[in-house]
Amino acid sequence: MPATFRFALNDLPPEAEGLRAEVREFLKKEFSGAAPVKRAKSWGGFDREFSRRVGARGWIGMTWPKTYGGHERSFLERYVVMEEMLAAGAPVSAHWVADRQSGPLLLRFGTEEQRQRILPGIVRGELAFAIGMSEPDSGSDLASIRTRATKTEGGYLVNGTKVWTSNAHLSDYAISLFRTQVVPDKKHEGLTQFLVDLRNTKGITIRPIIDLAGKHHFNEVNFTDAFVPDEARVGNDGDGWKQVTTELGFERSGPERYLSSIALIRELVREVSAKPDDRGTEAVGRMVASLATLRQMSTSVAGMLQAGEPVNLEAAAVKDVGTTFEQSIPELAHALLDVEPTLDSGSDLQQVLGYITQTAPSFSLRGGTREILRGIIARGLGLR
Amino acid sequence: MTELRSLLGDTVTRLFTDLATKELIEAAEKGTWPDKLWRALEEGGLTLPLVPEDAGGAGGTWLDAHVVVRASGRHQAPVPLAETIVAGWLLSRAGLAVPFGPMTLAPVHADERLTLARSAGAVTVSGRATRVPWGRHAEHVVAVSELDGRLTVALIARGAATIEEERNLALEPRDTLVFRDARVVAFGAADVPADAIYLYGAMARAAQMAGALDSCLTQAVRYATERKQFGKPIGNFQAIQQSLAVLAGHVAASGIAAESAFRAAERNDARFEIAVAKVRVGEAAGVGAGIAHQTHGAIGFTYEHSLHFATRRLWSWRAEFGSENAWARQLGRAVAARGADALWSDLTAR
Repeated sequence: MPATFRFALNDLPPEAEGLRAEVREFLKKEFSGAAPVKRAKSWGGFDREFSRRVGARGWIGMTWPKTYGGHERSFLERYVVMEEMLAAGAPVSAHWVADRQSGPLLLRFGTEEQRQRILPGIVRGELAFAIGMSEPDSGSDLASIRTRATKTEGGYLVNGTKVWTSNAHLSDYAISLFRTQVVPDKKHEGLTQFLVDLRNTKGITIRPIIDLAGKHHFNEVNFTDAFVPDEARVGNDGDGWKQVTTELGFERSGPERYLSSIALIRELVREVSAKPDDRGTEAVGRMVASLATLRQMSTSVAGMLQAGEPVNLEAAAVKDVGTTFEQSIPELAHALLDVEPTLDSGSDLQQVLGYITQTAPSFSLRGGTREILRGIIARGLGLR
Repeated sequence: MTELRSLLGDTVTRLFTDLATKELIEAAEKGTWPDKLWRALEEGGLTLPLVPEDAGGAGGTWLDAHVVVRASGRHQAPVPLAETIVAGWLLSRAGLAVPFGPMTLAPVHADERLTLARSAGAVTVSGRATRVPWGRHAEHVVAVSELDGRLTVALIARGAATIEEERNLALEPRDTLVFRDARVVAFGAADVPADAIYLYGAMARAAQMAGALDSCLTQAVRYATERKQFGKPIGNFQAIQQSLAVLAGHVAASGIAAESAFRAAERNDARFEIAVAKVRVGEAAGVGAGIAHQTHGAIGFTYEHSLHFATRRLWSWRAEFGSENAWARQLGRAVAARGADALWSDLTAR
């Protein structure tokens, strides 16, 4: 069985640990005095000015070639930057998607022209990306998408609708998956990826989808005879499925999929610290045991990425174990404390609990549902 | 992986595969001491990985020892291998010669003490230690206690104790040893924590449980691919796939939690990592044993099937050398004392 999962212990090298101090100093200046509830929003935060400052420090596109503005640093250094950003609750949305998956996708499959035109802007923290995958009838069954890109003179005409497109209304581009051919009974064929310019393409309408907490980050992106030029095609016509699974690998290999509730964890420790009775310390001990173990799993995946090894299986395991942990934290708060979650009144703990409680359902949905991830693990076990 | 580690790993796996058979474990559960297995372990150099080479050991590290301890759990070997490894390490730390034969550790409970005293030019031990692993079969007992105001490791012959035989759920001996002014064989001051036995015993159990969980997963996956219902292997059903994926996640978490404790033991104070491992692996033991049984259906609930060798050990081991709750409280108190704002920096400094 250990043949299935590797999870070798990994030590972060001294240069990565040196970088940690710099990142902490930077984050301290950015956020000293920020309310815990604001820091709880980490992934939810979209702040172009912040992303520019991160880019100026050289912390976006860290592993990319210098030719495209990258910094040719190690995956382990990038890992340290990411985990510090998330642990501090930094608003990373305006650069994270591009840094994590859109940029790497272009590096792997994009044309030279696309790389030169796009990557340096990402590295500077100036270009924000959304992800054009899901559709109203295609969620986990991504290969069933129906948005059509029909070949025309000099490009493609796109018709259809993408949904759950986070930050499309704020972003510059969306790497989008369209159907360029309909191959009967072979839904994985005939798919192609495009670098869609969200700001300068006629025929695109972006409408908000409001989440259960009343917030706008999701969108519905409608394409009506939207013209996308040939130069925007990423990879070969028909290679979309292979590419999009690689992209999902980048998305899921993020070794940070266990920190979404860190702000609430901190508030719980604060409560227990003030009155460290048996019940409280026991709960904190169990919580920290899981947290510390997930971090070991996560740094192990980072080491595998650095070594150029495939991480799909291990990353799926970290995300599955990690999101289960993240979602257990609000439950723990209720088990431990007599506290009502609130929106904008009450204590820091109450507000953080309110925010995390309402966000938690998404933890095991985004980037592949829990059921899809467990299917990946089951395949690794030889059951599928 | 170092050469020694892969050598130890290969040797121990081969040896357990050949010798730690179902029949042998069943015989041990009926009270037979598996002498042949123990001799093979000693001859293979697997019992003293942490003892220096010039003192008859393998001269290895805790990470080398981890390979052996984990394997002993994976194969449910009915011998005090983990106990002997920790005992050998303690004796070496005190500069004492390490005897042949199985050893055990006492006391295993945080609230029990064995008292060392000087008496007529010798050192004697007194006290009562309950639930001592393999007490009746161990040739020596290693204890850590104060003598002349210094922490001292003492080597005691098993014959010095009166023994009340008891056992755990897995029918492993867990005996009460009573010492009344019994002479110790050897003693020496050592720079180890006062609760070293409890601490390193917990670490060993975490690795053994991680190994037993490996075994649960392997057996459950094999069964799910072989057992057919409704015309197909039950592993084809998503319900089974999803729950085995959960088990696999616990196995992965357990493995790395235990191994990182051994790594920390090699480097410095491992109390944090050991507490983390005992708690996290203990939780996995409960969930993991449950999923393994659910997958196996009724056959896994029989004595005839081998699954229970792993699961009964998991159910006992999670409570040995400190319960999850006790370790969680120790960990939680340390975290609470440092405060909320130190949590992340402390975690990343480990």
